[in-house]
Amino acid sequence: MSSGPAALETRGLTKSFGALTVANMIDFRLEQGARHALIGPNGAGKTSFVNLVTGALSPSGGHILFGGADITTLPQAVRVKRGLVRTFQVTQLFRGLSLLENVTLAVCERRGIGGDLRRPAGDHREAIDEAYALLEKMGLAKEALRPVATLAYGRQRLTEVTVALGLAPKVLLLDEPAAGVPTGETGRIVEAIEALSPEIALLIIEHDMDLVFRLARRITVLVQGRVLVEGPPAKIAADPQVRRVYLGERAAR
Amino acid sequence: MAAARFIRARLIRAAEAPPIVGPAAIEVFARRHRLRPYEALPWLTALGAYVLFPGYLPLAAQTLATILFALSADLVLGYAGIVTLGQAAFFGTGAYTAGILAANDWGEPITGLFAAAVTAAVIGFLSGLLILRSSGLTLLMQTLVVAALLREAANKASAITGGDDGLQGMQVWPIFGHFEFGLFGRTGFFYCLAVLFLCWLIVRRLVHSPFGRSLTGIRENVARMHAIGAPVFWRRLTVYTISAGLAGISGALIAQTTSFVGLDSLGLERSGTVLIMLIIGGVGRLYGAFIGVPLYMIAQDRFSSIDPVYWYFWIGLLMVLLVTFARGGVLGLVDRFWPAGRRL
Amino acid sequence: MSIAFSAGLSVAFHGIAFAMVLYLISVGLSVTMGMMGFVNLAHGVFAMAGGYVMTGLMNRWGVPLPLSLAAATVAVALASLPIERLLYRRLYGGDELDQVLLTMGLIFMSGAAAQYLFGALQQPLRLPPSLNGGVRLGFGEVPVYDMLLIGCGAGLVTALWLGIERSRFGAKIRAAVDNLRMAQSIGIDTSRLFALTFALGSGLAAFGGGLGASLITIAPGYALDNLVYFLIVVAIGGLGNIRGPFFAALLVGVADSACKYLIPQFGAFFIYAMTMAILLWRPHGLFGRA
Repeated sequence: MSSGPAALETRGLTKSFGALTVANMIDFRLEQGARHALIGPNGAGKTSFVNLVTGALSPSGGHILFGGADITTLPQAVRVKRGLVRTFQVTQLFRGLSLLENVTLAVCERRGIGGDLRRPAGDHREAIDEAYALLEKMGLAKEALRPVATLAYGRQRLTEVTVALGLAPKVLLLDEPAAGVPTGETGRIVEAIEALSPEIALLIIEHDMDLVFRLARRITVLVQGRVLVEGPPAKIAADPQVRRVYLGERAAR
Repeated sequence: MAAARFIRARLIRAAEAPPIVGPAAIEVFARRHRLRPYEALPWLTALGAYVLFPGYLPLAAQTLATILFALSADLVLGYAGIVTLGQAAFFGTGAYTAGILAANDWGEPITGLFAAAVTAAVIGFLSGLLILRSSGLTLLMQTLVVAALLREAANKASAITGGDDGLQGMQVWPIFGHFEFGLFGRTGFFYCLAVLFLCWLIVRRLVHSPFGRSLTGIRENVARMHAIGAPVFWRRLTVYTISAGLAGISGALIAQTTSFVGLDSLGLERSGTVLIMLIIGGVGRLYGAFIGVPLYMIAQDRFSSIDPVYWYFWIGLLMVLLVTFARGGVLGLVDRFWPAGRRL
Repeated sequence: MSIAFSAGLSVAFHGIAFAMVLYLISVGLSVTMGMMGFVNLAHGVFAMAGGYVMTGLMNRWGVPLPLSLAAATVAVALASLPIERLLYRRLYGGDELDQVLLTMGLIFMSGAAAQYLFGALQQPLRLPPSLNGGVRLGFGEVPVYDMLLIGCGAGLVTALWLGIERSRFGAKIRAAVDNLRMAQSIGIDTSRLFALTFALGSGLAAFGGGLGASLITIAPGYALDNLVYFLIVVAIGGLGNIRGPFFAALLVGVADSACKYLIPQFGAFFIYAMTMAILLWRPHGLFGRA
């Protein structure tokens, strides 16, 4: 594979709550510009992994490296500032505020003007222009001034991705980007993800196998907090172990 | 009927109008902080009250000062989403600071206000530093305990504060050495009006700044604020400190205009009633205080002259009904019929 | 025996009596907050109501104390049911501000109603002569009534703990406090459970308010003036906990009585300071779960 530091790497990452181990010595590499999927049955520890990497949980052991630098003990906000950004499985937006406001808040934080108490927010035109351009790019310009809560859920999921883009991510962790969206509307989200800049390393945590095989060029399978197997989609689809614990489970349903 | 038809027509027009896009949308968004004509209303009303009800100037002055208190509480509750039962801690700190100065041969009112603001802000900062890492019920308890601590301190330090009897013997000097606080309350009225106006300018600027918008973000969704890399704790602490300072000024205004400070200025009842006033007007929207406080104060004045004791029964009933049926207060009702007025 | 020692014992005795009252009143509050996620500032209203019913029955109609106390407990428990159904239930697990406002409103209403019905003065507790004196124990004289209070309280606490530990109803309460969703999914009728728990908590508060009328005087300001104390017991004891508040009440009761005896010039200051320190050190209380 590629040389040089990975966009994101974990070494022996471990987290336990008492007797329950949600992450067990996970060694994981996300290459620069990767299109990587993390899959696994319910309770495999996928979301815990995201929480560990982003700093919402602190690990019991192991290291997290971002672009080669150790970020294991950095607070969440600092990791975001460096470009380690996530979206949530259940949409986390400012529901009462407009789309433009949602994205502008993110852009302002990234530009370091979120704490400015003297100038009116409207005077920071560059930030608003940037936020609007992102919404336009995602096809959300028409709804820019509407409150998030009035949008269809599929549009809200897109907004969630747009807010993340407002933070200029180097690594973007998409936690089930299409969760809860009616099947007819997932296409729009997949297109948006495919259109993301190739410089952003993507890690997609997903249940929907169609989506995974469409988007990912590399797949890691997590079972009970451990990496079961990792490889290109064709290898994963053919792996008997994976078929048994994961695909088989779905096929049997 | 005509009004209903007008409202319906407005709603339909708003729904059918094509969405604003492109530079126009950015323009609409960026100009939200511009002053609007209706924002002159509170000040015109205040001047109107001065002309029409000259006999009620002391009440009007109290109302203006209390609006400032409610505004301070709204910053914390309505913008930053911190449910507090201890806002009186800062009101009382300001009141006692100005009061003790005036009772000890420093009756200059404006420096008194500054001293009150600084003292209250320091208490706000220090207590915030300790408690604002908590959330939910623990935080609620801690705000309550901070106020209880200060009240008990004031109660027991009776040599300085007058304890249970209240602080007496305040001598407030004329403003700028010229305008005396008279019996009819004219000076007090304009003093409170001017201070409220200046503080309102500050608060207005604050809530429209990126900082103020980020507070709204914290109230709407803390997890999201963390995820966009905002230093949530420091934002909260900053607004808590500013709010404490404003509450301190409000307390000092009432102390100076009434020449009295009692233990109730630090009491739970005051922390509770300010929440009611806000909920009557509307929480988290800058003008809720301007509507809720006068309604409350005027009603209290009217009802207590008829029936001083049972005022609390009716206000209690009103709270129960508001929570059960009309969340959002008066401005919430306005929203329902006039969606374009949301910015109020 | 030294004077200091006997003074210490009588302070402790008084503190324990106070702790019993605090616990009886606060235990229901702890369960309401822990299980239903409801900030019930108005819990003291039920204690006050118990106190008024009891003293009213005794002073106006000369009903004997045990009967008055029982009547007050039952009456308040029953009266709390419609209040829970109509006002509280819709706000369970909801917005804290709504809960604070609703229960503040109830405090204001009940205070005004009490003043209308019984006047502004505190209600005297006229004890029968047999309960009015003191008993000489080894270390000095203690009031008979305080002893009765401690005895009753201890009996009730034992019964309550055994009941929660052994009975089906108790098992359901423990399950619901532990994990509400799980409790629902195994078929516990939570709305019935909430109502019964609420009534039980209110009844206990009424019992505590009535029995403790000698220590926490019954007056219209009762619910507001003592709110901080009840909340402190719950906050230190840990939410949803049944035993925690008992130890918290002992701590608060004895510390309060000692502080007021030893350093009266500081009043309740140290209790508040102690509470603050405990909440900063352990935000979920001394006996709470993280």
